[in-house]
Amino acid sequence: MSTATLSSSDDHSHAMHVDNRWWITKYVFSTDHKVIGIQFLISTLIMMLIGGLLALAIRWQLAFPWSQMPWVSAEVFAETGGQISPEFYTMLFTMHATVMIFLVVIPILAGAFGNFLIPLMIGAPDMAFPRLNMMSYWFMWPAAICFGLSFFYEGGPAAGWTSYPVLAAVYEAAPGSGFAQTLWLLGVTFVGFSSMMGSINYMTTIINMRAPGMTLFRMPLTVWGMFITAVLQAFALPVLTAAGLMLVADRELGTCFFVPGGLVINNAEPTVGGGQPLLWQHLFWFYSHPAVYIMLLPAMGMISDMLACMCRKPVFGYRPMIYSMSTIAGLGFIVWGHHMFISGMNPALGMTFMVATIMIALPSAIKVFNWIGTIWGGHLQFNTVTLNSVSFVTMFIVGGLSGIFMAAVPVDIYIHDTYFIVAHFHYVLFGATLFGIFAAIHFWFPKMFGRMMNDKLGQIHFVLTFIGLNGTFFPMHMLGIAGMPRRYADPYLHEYLEHLLPLNQFMTYSAILMGLAQFILIYNFFGSMIWGKKAPKNPWNANGLEWEAPSPPPHGNFEKTPNVYRGPYEYSSPDRPEEDYWPQAEE
Amino acid sequence: MKRLCWFLFFLIWPVLALIVSAFTPRWNWGFPGDGVSDSPIGAEIDHLFYLILIICVIVFIGTQIALLYAIWTASGRPKEKRAWHSHGNHKLELIWTIIPGAILLFIAFYQMRVWAEFRIDSASPEKAQTNIVAEVSARQFEWRIRYPEPGKKLEKKPQPGDMYSVNELHIPAGTPVRIYLRSLDVQHSFFLPTLRVKQDAVPGLVIPVWFEAKKPGEYPLVCAELCGWGHYKMGAKLIAHPPEEYEQYMKKLHQEQYDDGYAKKK
Repeated sequence: MSTATLSSSDDHSHAMHVDNRWWITKYVFSTDHKVIGIQFLISTLIMMLIGGLLALAIRWQLAFPWSQMPWVSAEVFAETGGQISPEFYTMLFTMHATVMIFLVVIPILAGAFGNFLIPLMIGAPDMAFPRLNMMSYWFMWPAAICFGLSFFYEGGPAAGWTSYPVLAAVYEAAPGSGFAQTLWLLGVTFVGFSSMMGSINYMTTIINMRAPGMTLFRMPLTVWGMFITAVLQAFALPVLTAAGLMLVADRELGTCFFVPGGLVINNAEPTVGGGQPLLWQHLFWFYSHPAVYIMLLPAMGMISDMLACMCRKPVFGYRPMIYSMSTIAGLGFIVWGHHMFISGMNPALGMTFMVATIMIALPSAIKVFNWIGTIWGGHLQFNTVTLNSVSFVTMFIVGGLSGIFMAAVPVDIYIHDTYFIVAHFHYVLFGATLFGIFAAIHFWFPKMFGRMMNDKLGQIHFVLTFIGLNGTFFPMHMLGIAGMPRRYADPYLHEYLEHLLPLNQFMTYSAILMGLAQFILIYNFFGSMIWGKKAPKNPWNANGLEWEAPSPPPHGNFEKTPNVYRGPYEYSSPDRPEEDYWPQAEE
Repeated sequence: MKRLCWFLFFLIWPVLALIVSAFTPRWNWGFPGDGVSDSPIGAEIDHLFYLILIICVIVFIGTQIALLYAIWTASGRPKEKRAWHSHGNHKLELIWTIIPGAILLFIAFYQMRVWAEFRIDSASPEKAQTNIVAEVSARQFEWRIRYPEPGKKLEKKPQPGDMYSVNELHIPAGTPVRIYLRSLDVQHSFFLPTLRVKQDAVPGLVIPVWFEAKKPGEYPLVCAELCGWGHYKMGAKLIAHPPEEYEQYMKKLHQEQYDDGYAKKK
């Protein structure tokens, strides 16, 4: 393995810049990876609140269909008599998914933590392309504006976050939605640009800018997770961007890539046709299935780092962890068809996609076993970071196991597009990834802001979120098995679903609890910036290079480029009896 | 004390999850109706579901116990005793790769027969290919059904003498039937929850679907693919008749739709 290509000899002179930038270039249009990371973090946390409120509105409708929402209804839904209209409900779940996926989970992992951690963890002064990095952040805003504008159309983007044509391709299919769906697609395209710029930057930085001695197999698993994610994005994203532009052309230019002929939609003129709606599904899921791993792999990496540090123990099976992440990424490219088992594609494809999909549970299982192995025989300390990390593992077990049900084609015939899938991806995305993010926020906050977060508040937030999460999402498995389809504004219209109303109400109460708990996090996050205890350079006695830099690190990160002597997980090493950790940069 | 509290916290939730799951059928949150599928292929799907469920519950219990044990011992490790400095174990990695791999492969291959039975002609019952009863066309937000004239076969294109109904699909009970599924506008999905049958209706494609209602009766038919604002109200009925009654009903339908009333008066 070649070591980093940055020469270390002349680094002493320019690594520490004299920082005399104007405040706008320092804090707003900054090219510093740390500032950009923090910008991403705060923006995505605000977006998470918006996405959460949309989710609560969905839950309200499912628990108390067509009834007035206290405080909100009179203002927002005045036109529809205080009720959420079915059109608005469609918009709610579309935008909830859009915001959470494209503006929260993807950018918080790669944008916020990727940006902040990669250069620090590999001992680089900044990203390889700092201006591109800045552009990557600022491309999120046109996306947010596009998504936001689409709310001003009565029907809004009405086709779900998957935007299946013909519903998403023809104006008449969703009356009143007008230009909204096109705006939505443009928003996704902007997000795509943003991620693409990030991913090129991360790959280049990780390959070229590692500190001397930082071989590939001495990199922390966080960096590995980010690296594999960047590769995934770089290969998968162009397909979505192309497909999105094709759909825009279908809507605005009448190209009919995805629209067959002779359809009479909402009593309009028959469509001209020549297209095939299944093509969109293939293209869309070719990106969006790998995107699932884009939303998971960085969190897996970060959890491994945090568990090792909190257990004062090396990660169990460092290389198997890397191989399993790579396997997940590789298999991730050949399993998109499991979203389409009942779409009408060739049934023989169902079988091959099933085998690949079920086998993806294997690397996931290996990771779970290795995390348990990492805790096993360690010195576990109960703090917010540990609690969130452990619940990442236990929630991921549920999310992983429920995936097998849907991977099995015959079972999927029944549970496809029911609430079972909603349960599954919330356990993975909220249960696993978001707990990973919460842990990471508490763990790296001292490095970001030079102050500690309040651990008591962190624990209270954790307990309430954990209870609310399971109360909201576990019963969704039952709804799915009871045959309740997703995206129904009023499932109780159907007799066989009527008895599920009380269960749905319970879930809504749990969701409200979970929503309220997030205010503790917000208070803790912003309050700790001001009142938090001052953090030392290395508050967790961790090994990574990021803890060599001051808290918060100055522009240029390191006083002198660190030399790396060992892997990142030499905790409790018998060769070093005086301390239970052994920083990578210490000789 | 803190240690015990957190241990119990992480213990209670999997236990609760298991208890709730165990009581699910009793509380009627599980499979719709009485929990028994109304079609033969549904019974096979339920069997596969329960098989995966059993495997998953065992794995769930196993991993949770391992995790809890690890948490309990690791949090109680005496201060003077250092953490176990281990970078892993090659043999263990092999074991926990090969065993789950084998189980997963078994699960995957065990599914194939039922899938083939549902979707591949050569593996489905013969009657499922010959007994074509109707063409179902989904449209925002209703199901339009076209039946052939009694005694005739269903043609791909509408014929004189074809009969139509909306939101009511009549079939004979106790025998496999096949429908042709189409969409007239956007994508929909033909979902019979109590029969465990689902198939997307894709604009531009005509997709054959077969199923069998074991007993005469009325079964819900809903849409499972987002098709616009009225997606939730695309409810309809599948009505399975005893075979003779079915033929009579079809004749009656034909009379209703084609008899001008003169012939009888004469």
